[in-house]
Order: sequence, then C-alpha cells, then structure tokens
Amino acid sequence: MSERDIIVIDRIRRNFVVGDETVKALRGVSFRIKEGEFVTIMGTSGSGKSTLLNILGCLDTPTSGEYLLDGISVQKMSKNQRAIVRNRKIGFVFQNYNLLPKTTSLDNVELPLLYNSAFNAKERRERAIKALDAVGLHERLYHKSNQMSGGQQQRVAIARALVNDPVIILADEATGNLDTRTSFSILTLFQELHARGRTIIFVTHNPELADYSSRNIVLRDGKIVSDTINEHPASAKTAYDALPKEND
Amino acid sequence: MRFVNLLKIALRALNNNKLRCFLTMLGIIIGVASVITMLAIGQGSKNSIKAQISEMGSNMLMIFPGSGQRGGVRQSADDMQTLKVEDYEVIRDNAKFVSAISPQVSSAGQFVNGNNNYPSQLSGITPDYLNIRKLNVDEGEMFSDHDIATAAKVCVVGRTVVNELFPNGENPLGKVIRFNKIPLTIVGVLEEKGTNSMGQDQDDVVLAPYTTVMKRVLAIDYIQGLFASALNENLSDEASDEITQLLRANHKLKDEAEDDFQIRSQQELSEMMSSTSDMMTVLLACIAGISLLVGGIGIMNIMYVSVTERTREIGLRMAIGARGIDILSQFLIEAIIISVTGGIIGILVGVLASWLVNVIMQWPVYIQAYSVLLSFVVCTVTGVFFGWYPARKAANLDPIEAIRYE
Ligand SMILES: Nc1ncnc2c1ncn2[C@@H]1O[C@H](COP(=O)(O)OP(=O)(O)OP(=O)(O)O)[C@@H](O)[C@H]1O
Ligand SMILES: [Mg+2]
Repeated sequence: MSERDIIVIDRIRRNFVVGDETVKALRGVSFRIKEGEFVTIMGTSGSGKSTLLNILGCLDTPTSGEYLLDGISVQKMSKNQRAIVRNRKIGFVFQNYNLLPKTTSLDNVELPLLYNSAFNAKERRERAIKALDAVGLHERLYHKSNQMSGGQQQRVAIARALVNDPVIILADEATGNLDTRTSFSILTLFQELHARGRTIIFVTHNPELADYSSRNIVLRDGKIVSDTINEHPASAKTAYDALPKEND
Repeated sequence: MRFVNLLKIALRALNNNKLRCFLTMLGIIIGVASVITMLAIGQGSKNSIKAQISEMGSNMLMIFPGSGQRGGVRQSADDMQTLKVEDYEVIRDNAKFVSAISPQVSSAGQFVNGNNNYPSQLSGITPDYLNIRKLNVDEGEMFSDHDIATAAKVCVVGRTVVNELFPNGENPLGKVIRFNKIPLTIVGVLEEKGTNSMGQDQDDVVLAPYTTVMKRVLAIDYIQGLFASALNENLSDEASDEITQLLRANHKLKDEAEDDFQIRSQQELSEMMSSTSDMMTVLLACIAGISLLVGGIGIMNIMYVSVTERTREIGLRMAIGARGIDILSQFLIEAIIISVTGGIIGILVGVLASWLVNVIMQWPVYIQAYSVLLSFVVCTVTGVFFGWYPARKAANLDPIEAIRYE
C-alpha cells in the first residue's frame, strides 16, 4: 500500500430539496483514502451511503465541501471534464448491474472504451476480453445480458468497470441482489483485484463483509460514526470454499 | 475516430430496436412516396395537356358567331348566323398576322358503305384546315381548291371511320360512301392521331369542302365558325385584334356595338387548362405535404418516447463517461440514419408507385428531379429536427437522475 492519497474529502455536505423540505443526506463527511485500500462503507438504509458513493464517482456533486480525486478538485471541473474523469479514472459497479439490454458481454464491456478515442477497435476488443477473463467469464463473451444469471451479469458489470484500467473501483451494493454463494465469489473477485493493487470502495448493508476489507467506515444519518482499519482481512475464497456446495 | 465510434454506438442501438426503427421509417417512407407519386401524377397530366395543345397547334385561333356576352342564356338563331363566307374571304385576303384560315361547318349523321353504318360528323373546311390543326394526309391526297369552287362530292376520312366502314381492310381510296343519301368519294385518308388527353378519338373525322357541306348537306348561307393560325405563337394577340377589326368593319358595327362574334385563342385555352392542372398539382402537393408532416410528427413521437424509454440507458452511458455531446450525437445520428434510409426507401417506393399508376391506371406520370429532392430534403430535415429535440433533452439529463429513472 502506497502512501499517496487518492481520495480526499473534506466536510462534504449534500442536501436534496424535495418540495419545501430539505433532506440532509450528508452532513459533513471527511476522510482520506490511500491508493490500494479496500474500504467498505456501511450503514443503515437512508444513512447516505449511495449519496456519498455517487459523489466519489463524480456522478453527483456535493452541496458544499471539498473533494480531491487524485489531487484534482472535482468541484472545479466542468460537466464534460467530470464525464472524462468517469471514463478514464473510475470504474463504477451498480447494484442492479445496469447492462445494456440485448447486448453481448463483449459489447457491454467495450462500451466505456467507445467513449475514449485513444483506443481502436482491436485494442478495445483485446482489453474487453482481458477484463472478462479477469472476472472468469471467458466462456460468455457472446452471451447477451438477458441470457445470463444475476451473478454473471454482475461479473460483466465488474469487467466493464475494470476495462478502462481505473484508479478506483466503486461498488454500490454489488452483491445486494445475489445469493450468499455468488456474493462470496464476487467478493473473492474484489479481493483478487485488491491484491493486484486496485483501490476499492465497496458499499454494503451486510456487516459481515467488514471482515473481508482493509478498512470499514460506518455512516449514520449522513455522518461517520466509525472508521476502523482491519489489519488482517479474512479471505473470501476460504469462506467461499467452506460454503455448502448444493446451493449452486 | 470519435465519429466512427458514435456511428457504431448508434447502429448498435438501432439494431437493438428494429421494430421501433421500422415504424419510424414507415412514416417517412409513406410521406416521401406520396409526395413523389402525387407530384408525378400532377406533373404528368400537366405535361400531357401541354403536349396535346401544342399538338393541336398553339397558334390556333377559333372564331365563333354570337357575342357570347350573355352568359348561360341561349342565343337566338339569328345571333348564331353572323359569320358569312365573305368574312372568311376578307380575313384570308387582308390579315397580315394570319398564316392560314379555314371556315368550318359541320353536320352529324350516319355514314353508310353498303351494309356498314357509322355515326360520325362531317366537317366542311378548306385544305388550310390541315395546317391549322396539324393534320396530314396519309394515303391519297387532300381535295383541291377546285373541289371547293365546284362543291365537289369528295371527302378525306380519319382512320377510325375507315375501320368502321371498311371492316375487311379494303382500300378506301376511290370508294363512294353516303352521308344523308349524298354520295361522297374518298380521295384521302388522314394520318392516325390517336386519342387525346380528354379521351376524344381524333381519328373519328370526315372532312369535305365547306361549300359541299353548306350547299348540298345543310343548305345554309352562313358558316358555323372559322379556324385560323397566327403567324406564330407570340402573335396570336395581334392576329386576334386584326381579325376583330376586319370582322367589325365587315359587319359594319358601330363603335359602341359589341362584337357579334368571339375569338378564342389556343393560348387562352392552354392557360386555362394548365391553371386547372396547376391547381390540381397544388392540391395533391398539399395532401402529400400533410402526410409528410404526419411522418415527421411520427418521428418526433417515437424519438421522444424512445428517449424516455431509454433514460436509464442514457444515464448508464453518462455514468461510464459519455458527455452530453456524445449522447446528443448518438440520438442525432440515429435520427439521420432513420430518416435518410426512410427517405431513400420512400423514393424507391414513390417511383415504383408512379410507375404502377402509369401502367395500371394508364394515367400519364412524370417524376421531376425537384420533387424527389424536395421530399427527400424535407423528410430528412423533419427527421433530424424532430430527432434533435428529444436528443437535446437526453443530453441535458443528469446522469444520476437518469440512471435512477423508473
Ligand atoms: N435524489 C434524491 N432526492 C431527494 N432525496 C434523496 C435523493 N437521493 C437520496 N435522497 C435521500 O437522502 C438520504 C440518503 O439516501 P441514500 O440513497 O444515500 O441512502 P443509502 O444509505 O444508500 O440507503 P440504502 O441502503 O437504502 O441504499 C435518504 O433519506 C434519501 O431519501
Ligand atoms: Mg443505497
């Protein structure tokens, strides 16, 4: 783990105006995340996890506070610059996969690269195949999204998040819709990516998963209530192997 | 490179929505095809009227007895007898702008050759009539001025009359046919002209010296009309003025008296007819324009629905790095592909439909390059315009709101 701060947020607030009411989803959140950390973010429903992750993913902007991604202030960027940051530096995995319907895994994974003119068709294909290989889907290159199981679709979504070689991978309840066994196989995948030096921020409901990350942040009502370092994360692979097989 | 990628994205998106794509195109196809077909029919009929008129001689003038000022009220027999043979001679001898003139008297009746009967019309004229009406004698020859002087019992017949009276294909030349018991020797057969655009058989004619018809058939001392040719098309007004002067002088009309004859020029007729057909073309173009507009609204509708329907997709694309301009371009490219493809198919369908109208209905059609271009441009512009609006809406979406859209 290097000492470089990849994410620095300082007193982030996010208010939503609904009618006459203002919902304070985040009420001053500050932390630093170093390159190569595997952070889980937990908290009860409505505590502001998704709101925080969307801000970290440059999908949303805070009402106030400072956000430096890789040393650059996100607030000062234009809409288009943020789009380019999302395209080049961030891999986002959604809870409900968000794959293009009726589209093959390969085409889905290639999609971020289509919005980056630095890659030609051949390079796109090679990288997409590599990313699908990394998530163990080398046999499903030409399957359409609706022809695959939830776990497989989530793997395609993870491959899509990996394909642009992002600085950080953000996952919002990436295992929320999956059964225990599949959840653990996805978690194993994230641990492998982490082992290869990726920075990962993983939002989850499930308190058990804190054991498998290197750091755990807990939110309540838009504030951080705990931030603990886990020196010895458990192995998801071991847990996966220990699970009864008949669930498969 | 960027454009190629966007093209690829748009093509994949279209490929995933074939039915929607086809339905959108259908509106354009129908719009373009109907514009082309309608304009082809309108222009075709206009052209055929024009051709017909120039075939009849565009410098032709017709002079009728009677003032014609009394609208629909039928004029008395006296009013209809104002033109005399002397009027013909005065114009023939004095008019400088008239190149040919012929009196005209006619009588309808039964022509008989042995057992064969055929009802037709006998027209009394002079040989000049052939020039005026652009007729030619095919076999035999035209009767002569001598025949006119002697009121000879001769005639020149059209092909239809020949076929009716000589069904076995005998040579009609020199044969004698009867009209109201009067024997007429056939001296010539007219070249075939076929049916004109109003459905009249132009070969259903029998021509004889006007003197013969006046004295031997009708026993009258007036003529029913005059056919004349102006020196050329542009002089038909001058010719008409000149004839008016000559006739007024000859009829000794006082200055304040109105003409006791009327002159119709072919030009007038042709203007009248082409204005009618212009009106029809405009009407057809309006109908076609409406269907094009409906097609355009169809595109907008489907584009709009598709943006709403694809809000999540747009949100996803933005989340993984598409900029507003990329989304706008993608939707615009989709709209252009749909409207251009629809336009091209529409042109093909329109040409095919025009051809079918021509073959099946026997209507004259004429496809002008401008109508093809016009409908194509209009449909592409409508497609792009109506595609642009929802595309811009899509491009301005907030990624997080779009991706949450249900
Ligand atoms: N677009 C929005 N408009 C208005 N209020 C919002 C919006 N998004 C989130 N909120 C509110 O902000 C608060 C935090 O929401 P958020 O989605 O971040 O919670 P969460 O921790 O992700 O919950 P869950 O575990 O159920 O996903 C909630 O009270 C929610 O109602
Ligand atoms: Mg959430």
